Amino acid sequence: MIEIEHLVKRYGAKFAVDDISFRVDRGEIVGFLGPNGAGKSTTMNILTGYLSSTSGTVRVGGIDVLDSPYEAKRLIGFLPEQPPLYVDMKVDEYLNFIYELKRCTLNREKHLAEVCEVTKIADVRGRMIKNLSKGYRQRVGIAQALIGNPQVLIFDEPTVGLDPKQIIEIRNLIRNLGSDHTVILSSHILPEVQAVADRIVVINQGRIIADEKTENLNRVVEEDRLYSVKICGPQREVLAALSKVPGVVRADAVGERELDSFTYHIQSEPGVDIRKPLFFMLSERGWPILGLEAVGMSLEDVFIKLMDADAKKKTARGARSDRTQRGA
Amino acid sequence: MFAIYKREVTSYFTTPIGYVFMAVFLAVSGFLFSLTTLQSQTSDVSSYFQFLMFAYVVVIPLLTMKSFSEERRTRTEQLLLTAPVSLTGIVLAKFFAALTMFVSTLLLSCVYFYPLSLYGEVNWPRVWGSLFAMLLIGMTFIAIGLFVSSLTENQFTASLGTIGILLFLMILAMVNSLIDSYVIRSVLSWVSIYSRYANFTYGIFDFGAVVYYISICVVFLFLSVRVFEKRRWS
Repeated sequence: MIEIEHLVKRYGAKFAVDDISFRVDRGEIVGFLGPNGAGKSTTMNILTGYLSSTSGTVRVGGIDVLDSPYEAKRLIGFLPEQPPLYVDMKVDEYLNFIYELKRCTLNREKHLAEVCEVTKIADVRGRMIKNLSKGYRQRVGIAQALIGNPQVLIFDEPTVGLDPKQIIEIRNLIRNLGSDHTVILSSHILPEVQAVADRIVVINQGRIIADEKTENLNRVVEEDRLYSVKICGPQREVLAALSKVPGVVRADAVGERELDSFTYHIQSEPGVDIRKPLFFMLSERGWPILGLEAVGMSLEDVFIKLMDADAKKKTARGARSDRTQRGA
Repeated sequence: MFAIYKREVTSYFTTPIGYVFMAVFLAVSGFLFSLTTLQSQTSDVSSYFQFLMFAYVVVIPLLTMKSFSEERRTRTEQLLLTAPVSLTGIVLAKFFAALTMFVSTLLLSCVYFYPLSLYGEVNWPRVWGSLFAMLLIGMTFIAIGLFVSSLTENQFTASLGTIGILLFLMILAMVNSLIDSYVIRSVLSWVSIYSRYANFTYGIFDFGAVVYYISICVVFLFLSVRVFEKRRWS
């Protein structure tokens, strides 16, 4: 549905996008992951025809975006990083404007009602956009993209600045849309794209460093796990006992003292679940576990990881010590 | 394109800007009218139109200052530029929206001539001619204002920039008579926005002048399109 080939965007001497190629099939949800300034927005802006590329081709539904922008744009619904809302309009006026702007031919009443239903903004249709909360504005932005029922939906950081409840709602919404649309969404938060996307394209400094199915990427990222455990007991002895648990690679005390309990970061061997042996060992010694959670990798960790995997160099130890330092 | 035009015209009235424009336009023109005709006890309207043209320098930027700059600031231009509409369509929609506002206000101001006709002999061909000239000049100023607005994302900069350009053109027209060289003088007056309309005020339809004003409009609208085009590519 979307084909990007050798896409380059250069600003002066700086390459914002440096030879990117990937394709998205019909009905796929692809997450576009990268830190700020990686080139995500630039790629999306080129894809939607807002910016032009320095070189390379972009085709949407087989139509070249540069050659036939008009036809290509009709296939795309776009939510930019900042929802493009006219704050002086009422939601209903705004949606009607978009309907006319896109020269939509679907039944107006019915289509707009559907879009409002899907994005859950039916109850604010009569309100001024400037009086809406951030979450509602974001949803009006999504509604705008949905008008005309385009086959391709492109969302640039759709959940940024929303509260956790709204994030979950938007995620569910995107997942539902994925059943009959081709969706690309960008984010700089790994769990964000993991939760929604079928496939993840990781981009850094304008280059693609990974293009994997989400499960595969999870495997790469999570093959050795890091747990944060809060244990009530004497630090030195607990630490000594922890390192003897089978499967533990290393254990560090990281947390501050709080009612004679400490937080430890425990790194396990790849593919070994240390949680049960850990529990039995600790309960045997009479050191209660006050908390146990898997520590997700930060995006930097993921990059280090992926680039390491990419270069097939075993510098995992460096990445690991990096991580524990950050934890401390 | 029509959708943008419609939204634009509506937005003049959902924000204060349309009312401010109309109020300032009508207040200034009303004042000028009573000063130049009623107070001076004459039905000769030529000096009214002359002054009115200078008032445009201040009121036209009100119409055009936010056309593109506001879209750019609030990122709504991203919506327009990724919608299936051509750049020319966007620029023309904005232009005609501003023109609609301008023309309807200009028409409203025509009521001034009614009391004048009651108490004096009005030379109607000259009035119509002058109104037509005002329309052409207003149209040209709008195109210039739109162009300046496309250059910046700050409304204030856009309005000051437009006023600056219009004032510069006006001063150019004024110093023109001080220049000794006949050649320079005639060239300057030929290209001057402020003097090309003169024939209309005598009730003469000057086709050359119409072409001249429309050409300037087209040039500035084209430049606005190029500004967008350039931003896409750089």
